[in-house]
This record gives sequence, C-alpha cells and structure tokens, in this order.
Amino acid sequence: MITLENVSKTYGAETTIGPVSFEIPAGGVTALVGPNGAGKSTVLTMMGRLQEVDSGTITVNGRDITGTSSRELAKTLAILRQENHFITRLTVRQLVGFGRYPYSRGRITVEDEKYISEAIDFLNLTAYENRYLDQLSGGQRQRAYVAMVLAQDTDYVLLDEPLNNLDMQHSVQMMKQLRRTADVLGRTVVIVMHDINFAAAYADQIVAMNDGRVSTVGTPAEIMRPDVLQGIFHTPFEVVDGPAGPLAVYY
Amino acid sequence: MTSAHTSTQAPGPAADPALRRDPMARAADGDDRFCWVPPVPVRRPKTRWQRTWPLLVGGLITLAVVVTSLFVGVYDVVNAEGGWAMFQTTRVPRTVSLVLAGSAMAMAGLVMQLMTQNRFVEPTTTGTTEWAGLGLLITLILFPGAPLMVRMVGAIVFALVGTLVFFLFLRRVTLKSSLIVPIVGIMLGAVVGAASTFLALETDMLQQVGQWFNGSFTSVVGSRYLPMWATLVVLVAVFVIADRFTVAGLGKDIATNVGLNYTAVVFTGVTMVALVTGVTTVVIGSLPFLGLVVPNLVSMVRGDDLRSNLPWVCMVGVWIVGVCDILARVVIAPFEVPVSVILGIVGAGVFVFLLVRRRRGA
Amino acid sequence: MPDVLKTSSAGPDSAQAPASTADRPRQSGPFTDSRHRTRYILLVAVLVLVSAGSTLGILLWDNKAAPGTRAFELIVGMRMDALVVIAVVAFCQAFATVSFQTATGNRIITPSIMGFEALYTVIQTATVFFLGAAGLTLFAGGAQFFLQAGAMVLFATALYTWLLSGRLGSIHIMLLVGVVIGGGLGSLSSFMQRIMDPNEFDLLTARLFGNIGNADTANLKYVIPIVAVTGLVIWLRARRMNLVALGADVTNNLGLNHKREVMVSLFLVSVLMSMTTSLIGPMTFLGFLVATLAYSATDTYDHRLVLPVAFLIGYAILSTAYFVLRHVFYAQGAVTVIIELVGGLVFLFVIMRKGRL
Repeated sequence: MITLENVSKTYGAETTIGPVSFEIPAGGVTALVGPNGAGKSTVLTMMGRLQEVDSGTITVNGRDITGTSSRELAKTLAILRQENHFITRLTVRQLVGFGRYPYSRGRITVEDEKYISEAIDFLNLTAYENRYLDQLSGGQRQRAYVAMVLAQDTDYVLLDEPLNNLDMQHSVQMMKQLRRTADVLGRTVVIVMHDINFAAAYADQIVAMNDGRVSTVGTPAEIMRPDVLQGIFHTPFEVVDGPAGPLAVYY
Repeated sequence: MTSAHTSTQAPGPAADPALRRDPMARAADGDDRFCWVPPVPVRRPKTRWQRTWPLLVGGLITLAVVVTSLFVGVYDVVNAEGGWAMFQTTRVPRTVSLVLAGSAMAMAGLVMQLMTQNRFVEPTTTGTTEWAGLGLLITLILFPGAPLMVRMVGAIVFALVGTLVFFLFLRRVTLKSSLIVPIVGIMLGAVVGAASTFLALETDMLQQVGQWFNGSFTSVVGSRYLPMWATLVVLVAVFVIADRFTVAGLGKDIATNVGLNYTAVVFTGVTMVALVTGVTTVVIGSLPFLGLVVPNLVSMVRGDDLRSNLPWVCMVGVWIVGVCDILARVVIAPFEVPVSVILGIVGAGVFVFLLVRRRRGA
Repeated sequence: MPDVLKTSSAGPDSAQAPASTADRPRQSGPFTDSRHRTRYILLVAVLVLVSAGSTLGILLWDNKAAPGTRAFELIVGMRMDALVVIAVVAFCQAFATVSFQTATGNRIITPSIMGFEALYTVIQTATVFFLGAAGLTLFAGGAQFFLQAGAMVLFATALYTWLLSGRLGSIHIMLLVGVVIGGGLGSLSSFMQRIMDPNEFDLLTARLFGNIGNADTANLKYVIPIVAVTGLVIWLRARRMNLVALGADVTNNLGLNHKREVMVSLFLVSVLMSMTTSLIGPMTFLGFLVATLAYSATDTYDHRLVLPVAFLIGYAILSTAYFVLRHVFYAQGAVTVIIELVGGLVFLFVIMRKGRL
C-alpha cells in the first residue's frame, strides 16, 4: 500500500500542489486523472522519489520513502516518466537489462537473464529484443520502457502518461498489457492519464485531481457520474451506458 | 514559443509592475511545464511628456559618454600644443566609430533576435563575427595589401555567407530549446576561428588574426573610420522595418499568411547583420556579446515593446561600448587594453547573469 | 581488456550451450551479436597496430645514431618524452570527455568547450599576475604545480556543481552558461596578460602555449600517478556511468543517486583536465573528436568498452599526426591546430547529421 499524508510541493510563488492525502491499495490498477496542470504527474513523481516532497509523508509498504535508501526502494517501486531520451543507442534487451541494476549492479547474472526474458515476452517484444530502440515504432518503444520497469521486479509500478504519443490501437494494447501486469503478475500499477474513459475501463480505482488537490477517490462506477466528472474537469458531461461499462461523453 | 512575449503594442510597460517581467522568463526551454499567460494590460495611457522625458535623460547620458570619450586619453587635447589637431585626427574618429559600432552591433543583435525569436542569438553566438574575420584573412591572403574597401567587402561577403549557413543550420537542426541555438552557433564560430588560425599559421598571418580577435578602437585614426558610416544606413533601416522582422520571426507560414515576403525579409535582415558585422570587424575587430547583452538589458528594464525600445537599444549600445573603451584607455595608461577583452568579460558576466536570473525569476 | 570481453560474452561462447527454443541464445550484454563483438576486437587490434606503428616511427625514424649506442638511447629517450606526453594527453582527454558527456547527458559539449581549460589558464595567469615573477620563485616546481592543479579542481568542481545543482533547471542552461563562462574566462586571462609586466608575460607564455614537442615534462612525475589513479577510479565506476547515461529519472528510479554520481564524475573530469592542460595547454576539439569516434566505432553503452577505445583513438590520432607532421613535413607546430580543425569539422558534421544536441 502507498499512503500519502498531507503531501505538498511548491513551485515558485504561485503554484502549489497539495496538501494531498490518499491511499493506493496493494494490487490492481489505480488511475490518476485530472485536467492539465492538476498536479497528477508531480504527485506520481513524488511517490517515485524522483522529486522531493516539501512537506508531508509518503509511505510505501509502511516505510517512509524519504528515510528509505534509494537502492532498497528500487526493489519495491519502479517509476517510468513520459519522456525518455537516451544518449546511448540501446537494444530492447539491453534496455530491459538495466531494470535489473538494483539487484545486479550492472553485472547481469543468469537469474537476471530470466527476469529480462520474462519481461520482454510479457510485452510481446520477443521478436524485437535485439533491435535498437531507434528502429522501433513509438508503441513498441513505449512497451520496451515498460518492460524495463517490469524487469525491476517491484511490487509497485508507477507510469506517467504511458499513453502519450500512442495512437488508439497502441493505447488499447498498452492498457490491456498493464491490466494483465496487475492481474497476472500481481503488481500494483499506478497510471497517470488524461482519458477518463480509458481510466474507467481499465482501472480499479480512480484518483481525480484538480488544482493541485485530490477532488475525488473512488471506483470507476463512483466517478463516472455527470456531476462528479463536471466537478473534476469543469466541462459539462453526460454518461451513457456503453457495451463495456459507462462512457463519459463531453463533446 | 517565445511569441508570447514579443510585442505588446502599448508604450511604456514599465509603469505596470505586472508587465515589468523578466524578458527571459519564458525564453523557451523544453522543460517548463507551466504555460505563461501574458498579464492583461491594465494601465492609464501615458502623456506625451511621460514618454519623452526618459528619452531625454537617456540622450543626456549618451552625450556625457561621448564627451568623456572625446576628452579622455593620454594626450591632453585641451591644453597641450596641437591639441586641436590631435582631437580631430584621433578623438573624433574614435568617438564617432565607437558610437556607430556600439549602436549598430546592438541593433544587429536585435535584428537577429527578432528574426529567430531567440533571445540568445547575436553575431558572436552565430559565428558571424568569425566568418567576417575569416573573410578578412582570405582577402588579405589573396590580395596582399588590399585597400580597406576590398578587405571590407571580403569580410561582409563572408559574414553574409556565414550567417546564411547558420540559418540553414537552424533549419536543419531540430532545436527543441532556444538555448541550443547559441551553443551550436558559438561552436560554429569556434570551428571557423580554428580554420582562420590554421590558415594564418600556414601563411604567417597570425598577427592579423590576433588583431581582428582583439577588437580595439586604438587604430581608428584619421579617415579610417569613414566606412563606419555605412552602418548608419542599417540603423535607419532597422527603425523603418523592425516590425517585419518580428513577423518573419513567427515563421514562414505565419509571415506568408499575413502577406509578407518571408524570404525577402530574412535576406534583408541577414544582409544588414552581415554589413554591420563586416564593417565593424574590419575597422575595429570583434565586439563580443554586445548584440546579446544590450537588447536583453533594455527589454528587461522596459518590457518588450519593440518600437519604443529601438532608440534605447542604440543608446545603451553606445553606453556600454563607450564605458568599456574609456576603461580600456585608462586601465594601463599610457597603454591600452583591447576593448573586446573588456567587453568579453563584461558581456559574459551579464550574459550569465541573464541566464541565471531567468531561472530564479521563473 | 580480456576481462571485459569475458564478462560481456554475448555470442559465440555461449553458443556452445544453445538455448532450447530460440535459434540464438537469449543473453544480454554490451554486444548485440557476435559480429558486433568481432568488430570490436578488430577495431582494438587495428588501433593498437596503428599506435604501435606511429610509436616506433616517432622513436626510430631518422634516428641516425647506431642502435645500442649512447647517442641512440639519448635520442630515443628524448622522443620518449613526447610519446609519454601524447599518451597522457590522449588518456586525459578521452576519459574526461566521455565521463563528462555521460554525466551531463549529451554528446556534443565537452569539458574543453565548457571552459575547464580556460579556467586553468586563468589560474595560471592569475598566479603570475598576483604573485609576480618574484613571488613565483617562492614555490618550488612541485608545490606550485599542486597548488595550481588543486585550485583548478576546486574551482571547477564548485563552478560546475553549482551549474548542475538544479538551480538553473535544465542542462541546456548549464551548458550555455558554461560555454559563456569559458569565453569570459578567456577574456579575463587575456586582460591580465595585457596589463601584466612584459617579463612576467614571457614567463607565462612559456607555460601556457606548450605543445607536444616542448611540453613541461618536469611535472610528469606527478602527473602520471595522478592520472593513473583517476583513470582507475573512472574505470571502477564504469558500470554506474552506464546507468547515469540514461538520465536522472531512470538512474534515480534504479536506486542510484544521479546528482551525486554526476558530481563525483565532474570532480574526476576536472582532475584530468587540469593534468592535460598543465602539459600542453588547451585543445578545444580533441576530446570531442576522440569521444565521438569512439562512440560510433564501438556502438555500445558499456563504458568499459568505450573508454579504452577512446584512449586508443586519441593516442593513434595524436601520435600519427605528430609523426607525420614532424618527421615527414617538419611542421610539428601545426599538430594541435590541425587536430583542432579536423575535430571542429567533425563536430559540425555530427550536429548536422544528428540534427539535435
């Protein structure tokens, strides 16, 4: 379980995120949704200790992340940000291999190879594993990054806008794979995303943010109501029953 | 991306604190997450007098710099015998060229910044100065003992080619960040400089290169400064067509859309910059960072109103070059330090200050 | 070297125990396949051959004395000094540039371009400027060398750590500030040189504008051990650097403190840069040339493969250029200038081709 208690962060004079308090239960998929600038990504990166918390505490499995050694935490929690530009040319397998760094410190063992292969297979990248990242399509590359954090073998996988720059087909594919990550591998997946319908279709829990605060936390069924959605996104909503659950209509 | 803060049309933004913002604050750089929204201008229109008196004060300061420049030096032009002749052969040319070079180089920087919509671009950060130096050197090698005019044409042509090369480079290089542009430009300049050094080494002309590299007003004596008047044409032209550069800076599509001949405007701008840089390089030498520091300082204090900033850019250019040149004359009198050395230190200092401040303010 | 090849056995070795399903064994490693590995070994072999050739050329070409005589040894010994200087400079530039580019996450800007050498020049000039020729004699050679190198490392680490501390935000600002500071420091040096006493200036020129032929070899006895130790530390940190190259987010995610790694790297870089500058003065594009060639020739992320190749390339280029220009064209003064020019052109070519920083 990841717990945030009165977490806040201030940028410059005007922008403040928080104080934010909520919990992410172990298991399942949690989606962080909200309009641009709501602070979703900031909260996620603070959970992943890539940004420091100004005040408040974040605990992962009961351990305060500021007090925990980063190396230990890397075996419990993995985070992937949306933009990844590397100066080095890497093949998919080499990239995924870096996910084993917390365990092997750069010397890949036989056991590491097993995890690497599993992660690659899980994301259907087996055929591409010796291709260079710059030879892949956007969707494949995104999957390779996700494979890296899966190879890290952590309880928690945090992803910042993994659907950015993906077309519909690849977005659906990615969400299905993340869903399977939670169901088959038993990981806890936390995703920052824009699309409320995607979130409702694939997440178990939705944390809605607005103006740096958490406005609502609930199951898709609880969030997918016109009044709730309107409160989050400040635009009129209608919710209709789709074939696979409620659909928000906002145009 | 920088278009957000180009030109708010109303004059005198200094009155409204919300508008006296840091000009660098949004000079695009990939990782700013928050979009800057221009403040809604709420202010009283200024009277004519309110707009005029700062200009008068600025003019007075400029006059003071000019007068100081005329009377500072080893030779006592007031009391000594032959002072008047000395005054005419050295002080007047020196001061006139200083005024012209200072304002023209500052304007050249402004033009380049408008056209690229990048606040860090100017002749030294695009390699234009080095190209002019290379042109000067090649002319000297091909036509030994060439008259000033020929050397100047060589320098101008190379400056033009170099600036065009840089613009092609910009088109070729997908630059996410406005900060990369000057890095690339400075490196381009360094390579051209290395080529000059190599050529000079092969032809025993290192001294000439050194002279060009160390810009100085010392040698501006007699009629040598006359070509500097050419820069006056550019100065006037900038006053007339400055707005077009702004539009061209928004990109080819937008410029064409509002009925501007994009290619013509860009070419005019590049030619003007090349002319100023070429003439200045041959007569004086390089004046590093001047074109960058002046427009930025002006818009930092006065906001981004292009029209009303133009005279200030000229005047501040004169102030900085004037003060640096006076310093250059005084520090180790009776000898002189090249003004480019002092400008290099001052300019780099201000440049770094602008960069750092931009972060703090943001 | 063999150690590296063993730990990174990607292809042929493991082919003896073929994996059951895939037609190629599924293994990770710095080499993508056996061809990649063969190419690397060939590359190293060629570089070693070229280096050996030019080394022998420098030592023996036009050495009129008969082998075995005292005169022969004397000439060889003198030329040996030049070779040692070449080796140290190549090593420093290669290791420093690769480490620096990894730490700053770019493949364009080098410590030289950022003004590390300009900083050293300022310190040298300031020493003469403030102490004067008389003051300089107070410090014997060794003490003075250590003071200046120490000051350089101190200032460089402080300056670049400040630049990287995150207060400036992006790496691009840091790079630009560095480039500009480098230029400003250059002006500061020439300012002090202009206003100093001509005799003192002579004293300074002798030290600032050295080249391979007349490098300040008196300090080699300190330079070599310092460079060796620094190189060893960088070698031991190579695996961390593999990770640092992936950027702050990935590095921190994988449990390594990115900021601390970068600072340590910058410290090591400034040590190496002060050593090379103390020998032959600034060389702006050599490091860039060497590192860029090494990246594209090795095409791997692994620093244990890139670093030695970068060093070998640097040594091969410098020694060959020195040999050809000195013993064939009798133009040894041009060595550094020509390498600068070639390096600069490669630099522009790379930017053009990559289209980004």
